[in-house]
Amino acid sequence: MNIVVCVKYVPDATADRHFEADNTVDRVGVDGLLSELDEYAVEQALQLKEKGDGTDEITVLTVGPEQASDAIRKALQMGADKGVHVVDDAIAGSDSLATSLVLAEAIKKIDHDFVVCGMASTDGAMSVVPAMLAERLGVPQVTFGSQIEMQGKEIRIRRDGDAATEVIGATAPFVLSVTDQSGEARYPSFKGIMAAKKKPVETWSLADLGVEAEKVGLSASWTQVEDTAARPPRSQGEIVTDEDGSGATALAGFLASKKFI
Amino acid sequence: MSEILVLVDHVDGAVRKTTNELLTIARRLGEPSAVFIGSDVSAAADQLKAYGAEKVYVVDDAEVKGYLVAPKAEVLQQLVEKTSPAAVLISSNAEGKEIAGRLAVKTDSGLITDAVDVQPGDSGPVTTQSVFAGNYTVQAKVTKGTPIITVKPNAATPEQVEGAAEQEKVDVTISDAAKSAKIVASEPRKATGRPELTEAAIVVSGGRGTGGNFEPVEKFADSLGAAVGASRAAVDSGWYPHSFQVGQTGKTVSPQLYVAAGISGAIQHRAGMQTSKTIVAINKDEEAPLFELVDFGVVGDLHAVLPAATDEVNKRKG
Repeated sequence: MNIVVCVKYVPDATADRHFEADNTVDRVGVDGLLSELDEYAVEQALQLKEKGDGTDEITVLTVGPEQASDAIRKALQMGADKGVHVVDDAIAGSDSLATSLVLAEAIKKIDHDFVVCGMASTDGAMSVVPAMLAERLGVPQVTFGSQIEMQGKEIRIRRDGDAATEVIGATAPFVLSVTDQSGEARYPSFKGIMAAKKKPVETWSLADLGVEAEKVGLSASWTQVEDTAARPPRSQGEIVTDEDGSGATALAGFLASKKFI
Repeated sequence: MSEILVLVDHVDGAVRKTTNELLTIARRLGEPSAVFIGSDVSAAADQLKAYGAEKVYVVDDAEVKGYLVAPKAEVLQQLVEKTSPAAVLISSNAEGKEIAGRLAVKTDSGLITDAVDVQPGDSGPVTTQSVFAGNYTVQAKVTKGTPIITVKPNAATPEQVEGAAEQEKVDVTISDAAKSAKIVASEPRKATGRPELTEAAIVVSGGRGTGGNFEPVEKFADSLGAAVGASRAAVDSGWYPHSFQVGQTGKTVSPQLYVAAGISGAIQHRAGMQTSKTIVAINKDEEAPLFELVDFGVVGDLHAVLPAATDEVNKRKG
């Protein structure tokens, strides 16, 4: 079966992430990378392929600026077969609704049996795109899978909810999202890195997808950010060193002074 | 005044505290109407009334329960079409956000997730979100369709204001497409006797420094009436269940007091607790990055400090 893995190029969480004057995330001036949580999606796709008959093809799909091709390359190095990069100036500033629209139209153009996503991006962290994709594609959503099993076209996942742990079942085609509990993502091998250089990556524009530019981007966004503000840095409070129980006494004293006891 | 739809978050009629918070926020924006999906509305009715629901739409359809997310989004879509509300408020957990995402696509409406505050504005509700590991706050509003907003726990202090809580049974049609992801099995989470992690006023978390022994963490938490959390390192080591993980891929907490024991404080952990009002850390390593954020820190072994502090707290409580 053929698999599409949706990945996102995000600003590095350990870098100075910030907003631009128009209140959009600076995606160009900050070092970016394949969202860590999408590595788990690539990993699960690879594992499903490895359990299959070997004829499956994994396509990595991303929507983002030029640099987002780094995210595709990393996934190809891990072992995916080919890439599709939707890049168009009109897409900048798109919210989750517009992004899911572009992804859904691209997915329709790729021969696939099911779609795999990460549980969230590490920048926006909304966790809504997989559900939106399922809605737009009219297929089942099997999301937040921490254990994934597939037999033929039948999938079963374990989903750890707030109130219960559930087993969710569906039949392909579907949209699967996987959590960081699904299994450690592999590092690209040297062989994988070399092989990735020869793997095909197609670049598509909105026109290729038949999506009108007015439907995406900042101006078409369904939401508007009015203001962004850096949180004032926390200042370090009192630090004591424990010596023969002095730390516990000081701690209890602090908690009592703040009326927690 | 226009209606504000609030999706009731409940387990077999036991309404979660976040719903009280949503009803309180809804009252600022318009007339709160609770949407109760399930068969146990009698168990929930008093609480919804006490926190100000003017109406309670009851959807008692067995078909909703056995399937993941999609049927609930269809229920809300039909209610949005019927009532033309000024906003829809949903709890910001995994399921709530997915329901909201599908509802936004269905109703061609804007979506804001993880609001930590919602206030009325000149052109609809204005939300506050905490982003980039809590380093930025963002103010936003929905500009298209019906504002669909998911709200994090502790975004408001629940206010008891009696509402009419007039019940109205609503019949909905669930499409076959919405029934394509089936809940095959469900195992309720075991009760710990402690407060719910995301709702607790005090959270005590343990990390790598526990070495796998969470007893000092749990005992200290119990002395303070706190919830217990864990860092990803502790969860990945199999020392504590994933449902208690605090951080980017676990729960985000914003309690009055957060105590981190044996947690160094990677960005992924800070993302889940940085907005806590007061932060305390106990760590053997005085270089632990978390110490940069704390209001009070103890450099020392948690296995010595926590049991002694537990005794001290219990003594002071008398």
